[in-house]
Amino acid sequence: MPEANQELDARGLNCPLPILRTKKALKDMGSGEVLKIVATDPGAVKDFEAYASQSGDELLEHSEDNGEYTFFMKKA
Amino acid sequence: MAEEKKLAIIATKGTLDWAYPPFILASTAAALGYDTQIFFTFYGLNLLKKDLNDVKVSPLGNPAMPMPMPIPNLVQVLPGMESMATSMMKKKMKAKGVASLEDLRDLCVEAEVSMIACQMTVDLFDYDTKDFVDGIDYGGAASFFEFAGESDISLFI
Repeated sequence: MPEANQELDARGLNCPLPILRTKKALKDMGSGEVLKIVATDPGAVKDFEAYASQSGDELLEHSEDNGEYTFFMKKA
Repeated sequence: MAEEKKLAIIATKGTLDWAYPPFILASTAAALGYDTQIFFTFYGLNLLKKDLNDVKVSPLGNPAMPMPMPIPNLVQVLPGMESMATSMMKKKMKAKGVASLEDLRDLCVEAEVSMIACQMTVDLFDYDTKDFVDGIDYGGAASFFEFAGESDISLFI
């Protein structure tokens, strides 16, 4: 599992909040730093992939465990 | 980085259900790096008011709206039904982690989504611009096309 510089708890939040909060958190981070995001919105999986493909930030890894989705996003 | 993409939205509806799409799409587009503008016209101007409590949803005339129990149209016309439906919808949204309209609009402002109010409709409905949020511009159809003409996506909502 990648090492995260910062964590974001997006559990219980629905579209588009997980993405918006992620963007906001990444804004204050340095290039190459990794943000770990935990979400419960099942739509987040496709949305985080889409976010990465459009923003330039890199989705290093994502996994699901018991209804919780964990993402590692590396800032471009 | 590639040249910034642009999204132009026209928001024409002033009910709670129709208020969400423009703000959700605009805030998300801005997060994805789009230069985004919303042009508010006719009932869409309601969404620019500081006080969004007038933005309501009605089951009347909307047979697709999921209801906990079927309510006949004749009952839906009774006073207070609209406010009740609105508060039920807001409660449900909160429980499901859906952002409030106020929050989504704030996120749009924060992300520098440009908001234009249709001057013609402001005059038509005798709106007081003091009731609107700060930081919006006033313009007409030509000002919409100035931005939309260079946009990658244009949506009429």
